[in-house]
Amino acid sequence: MKKGIIWRLGLIVITVLISIVFFLPNTPLFKYMPEFWQKTMPNRGLVLGLDLQGGLHIVFEVEGDKAVDIAIERIAATLRGILEKKKLTATVKSEGPHITVTPNSPEVRKEIEREYPILTPTEGQGFVRYTLTAKEAQRIKDTSTDQVLEIIRNRIDQFGVAEPTIHRQGENEIVVQLPGVKDPKRAVDIIGKTALLEFKIVDDESPLAAELPQVIMPGEEQQLLQRLAQRLSEDQEILFQRVVNKETGVVTKRPYLMKKEALLTGDLLDEARVSIDQRFNEPFVSLTFNPAGAKIFEEITGRNVKKRLAIILDGNVYSAPVIQEKISGGNAQITGNFTLEESKDLAIVLRAGSLPAPVKTLQNVTVGPSLGRDSIEAGTRAGIVASILVVVFMVVYYKLSGVIADFALVLNILLLLGAMASLNATLTLPGIAGIILAIGMAVDSNVLMFERMREELRAGKTSRAAVEGGYKKAFWTIFDSHVTTLITAAVLFQFGTGPIKGFAVTLSLGVAINLFTALIGTKTVFDILHLKWDIKRLSI
Amino acid sequence: MIEIIRDTKIDFMGYRKFAFIFSAILSVLGIAALVQISTGKANLGVDFAGGTAVQIKFHSTVPLNEIRAALEKGGLKDFDLQDLPTENKILIRVKKQEEKIGGYAETITQVMNQSFKDKGPVIDSVTEIGPKVGSRLRSDALMAIVVSVICLLIYVGWRFQFRFGVGATVATFHDVLAVLGIFYILDKEINLILLSALLTVAGYSLTDTVIIFDRIRENMKKMIRETMTEVVNKSLNEVLSRTIVTTLTTLLAALALFFFGGEVLHDFSLAIIVGLIIGTYSSMFIASPVVLMMGSKTTIMKKK
Repeated sequence: MKKGIIWRLGLIVITVLISIVFFLPNTPLFKYMPEFWQKTMPNRGLVLGLDLQGGLHIVFEVEGDKAVDIAIERIAATLRGILEKKKLTATVKSEGPHITVTPNSPEVRKEIEREYPILTPTEGQGFVRYTLTAKEAQRIKDTSTDQVLEIIRNRIDQFGVAEPTIHRQGENEIVVQLPGVKDPKRAVDIIGKTALLEFKIVDDESPLAAELPQVIMPGEEQQLLQRLAQRLSEDQEILFQRVVNKETGVVTKRPYLMKKEALLTGDLLDEARVSIDQRFNEPFVSLTFNPAGAKIFEEITGRNVKKRLAIILDGNVYSAPVIQEKISGGNAQITGNFTLEESKDLAIVLRAGSLPAPVKTLQNVTVGPSLGRDSIEAGTRAGIVASILVVVFMVVYYKLSGVIADFALVLNILLLLGAMASLNATLTLPGIAGIILAIGMAVDSNVLMFERMREELRAGKTSRAAVEGGYKKAFWTIFDSHVTTLITAAVLFQFGTGPIKGFAVTLSLGVAINLFTALIGTKTVFDILHLKWDIKRLSI
Repeated sequence: MIEIIRDTKIDFMGYRKFAFIFSAILSVLGIAALVQISTGKANLGVDFAGGTAVQIKFHSTVPLNEIRAALEKGGLKDFDLQDLPTENKILIRVKKQEEKIGGYAETITQVMNQSFKDKGPVIDSVTEIGPKVGSRLRSDALMAIVVSVICLLIYVGWRFQFRFGVGATVATFHDVLAVLGIFYILDKEINLILLSALLTVAGYSLTDTVIIFDRIRENMKKMIRETMTEVVNKSLNEVLSRTIVTTLTTLLAALALFFFGGEVLHDFSLAIIVGLIIGTYSSMFIASPVVLMMGSKTTIMKKK
C-alpha cells in the first residue's frame, strides 16, 4: 500500500515537472533561465493560432485545366514550326484543350502522331482534332500543383515571413498560413500573381493595326475585342496597356495588335532587380536573362530591328519600345508607373518564377493583430474567473474534500498546458474556450466520486472504506462518460478545420488528463491523508 | 455536509408527458431551423454560406446608418450590417455566391478608410469564403454530426443495451436540435463555431445521460421486485444531486466565458449554457423515459 502511494506520488511529481519544463517558454520566466537551459530545454511551447496572433490563412485552387491549355498551346506552336520545316501545309489551331488541324491529310497526321504520341486524334469533317491523353493531362495537372507550391514557397521566402506554413490539400489546393503578416493584401498579391512574363512582337504591318483606336476607356476592352474578333488571324491577338496620365490621374487603355507567339518568357530569367531611373526618379525592374535567354533575346532583337517589342506580364502590356538595334548581353527592363513597393514585389515574383497555371482564391481569412490580442486578454480573464468560481464552489460544497478536488483542478490545468506545449499544439480561440470548459468539467469526476463517498458514508461505512468504495463504484461511470466525450472530440478533429481542430485537441487532451488527475491524483491525496492520520470523519 | 437536495422522491416518469410535449416543440423548432439552413434562408455565417465578412474597429461610435450610406455610395449592394456594441466594432457581411472571391473586402476597406478616417478604422478581420469551400464546410459539418452520433450510439449500445443506446441517441439529437432551434429563433448566426459548441453540448449531454444510465443499470440488478418505472425514478432521485452539481460547475465556467470571454466567444458560450441546461433536462426527462418505454422489466431480465 505504502509503496503504491510513493509510486503514484512520484508519477504526479514527474508529470508536473515535465509539464512545467514544456510550458516554460510560454511564460515570461523563460527569459530569466540560464543560457544552457534556453539552449537545451524545450523552447517552443504552445504556438498561438492565426486567430490569436493575427495573420493570414488562404486556400488557393490551382487551375490545372489552364495548365493543360497552356501545354496544348505550346505544342501547337511547336507543331506549326515542325510542319513548316517539313513543307507540309496545314493550319494548326489551339482552342482550350484541343488542337484542330485542317485539312485531315495522312502525311500531316503521321508527322504529328510520330512527334507527339501523347496526343489522341478524333476525326471530323475535313479536320482532325487532338487532345492530350487523360494520363498526360492528369500528369500536367499534378505537376502544376507541385510547381505552384514550390514557387509560392519561394516567393514567401523572399517576401520574408517568419514561420509560414504552406502545404498541399487534396488534389489541387494549396493552403498558405502566414502568421503575423503586417500587410495581408500585399502578401496575397505576391503569392497569387501568375507573373507570366512574355516578350511578343507588335504587329504594326498588318492592315488591321492602323484601324485600332489609340486610346479607349477601361471597361471598353471586351467591346473592341468582339468587334474585331472575326478579322484577327489565328496568330494575332489584341492586348492592352494601362496608361495613367501623370497630371490628371485618369486611367486609359491602349490596345496593341500582337503576334500571338511568345518569343521569350520569364523562365529564362537569371535575375530581377529594382532600379531607380535617374532622370524621372521612377523605379523600374531590370531583368537579366541567363545565357540561353540572352542568346534568344539577341536573336529576336536582331531579327526584328525597327519593330516594337512588347513586354507583357499576365496578359497586360507594360511597354512596347522600338528595337533600335540588336541587343546582346541579355538585359531588359520593365517600366510603367510603379511605386517602389510595387516594383519590389514584381521583382520578387519574377525571381521566384511564374506559376505554371493561374490560381484562384477559395478562402481567405485575415485576422488583425489587435483582435487576437483582445481575444487572448478576454480568454485569460474568463479563465481566471471560471477557475475562481469553480474552486470556491467546490470548497464551500465539499469542504476539505473540495480542496483536494481543487488540487486536482490545478494539476489538470497544469498538465493540460504542459501536454499542449509538448506537442507544440496550436492554441486557438475555441481552444481557449475548450480549456475553460475543461476547468468546469475537471471537477466533475471528483463530484461523481464524492457523491458516491457520501452515499457510502450514509450507509455507515468508515472514512477509508467510503473512499475506496466511492472510487471503485464511480470508476466505470467516469470511464464511460470520458470515452463518449473522446469520441466527439475525435470526430471534431477529423472533420474540423483550423480553429475547430485546435478545440478538438484541447478537449481530448483535457479528457485524458482528467482521467489521470481524478483517478490517480485525488486518490493519492486521500490515501496519504489516511496513512498519516487516523481519520474518523471525512470532511466532505 | 452542505447538500442542495437530499432524499428526494420526485416522480420523474410521471412528468414525462409534459416533457415530451415541451421537447416535441423544441425539436420541431430545430427541424424547422435545419430546413431553413439547408435552403439557405437561415442566418448562416459566411463560412457556411460563402461570401465576405469584414470586421472593423473604430475608436469612437459610428452610427450604422452612416456606414450603410457610405458603403452604398461606394457601390456595394446586398450587405448586412451588425454592430458589436461593446467595443465600437461593426461587422459587414456580403453573402454573394461568386466563382471568384476577392474585391468586396477591398472595396469595404477603401470606403471605410476614406469615409471614416477621423474615427480611426482598424480592420480586425477579413473572411472571404468561396462557394466551393462553403459547401464543403457545410457537408463536413453534417458528416461530423452524423458520424459522431453513430459512434456514440454504437458505444452506448455496446456498454449498456440497445435500448439505452436509442435513449441516448434520441436525447442527444433532441439537444442539438433544441439549441439549433433556439438559436434560429434568436436569429443568431449559424457558423462553424456554433457547430463546435453543438458537438460539445452533444458530448456533455451524453456524459450526463451515461451517468444516469449507469445508475439505472446498477439498480436494475438490485431491485428485482420493483417495476422498471420505480427503478428509473429511484435512480434519477439518487443521482439528482450529482447531476445538479456537475452541471453547475460546468455552467459556472460557461458563464465566465459568456461574460468575460469577449465577443467572438459570446454566442459560443451562450450555446453551451443553453445546451448544458437542455442536456441535463433531457437525460432525465427524455433519455430515461425512452429506455423505460422500450420494453418492460421482464423482457430485459430475460434478455440478460
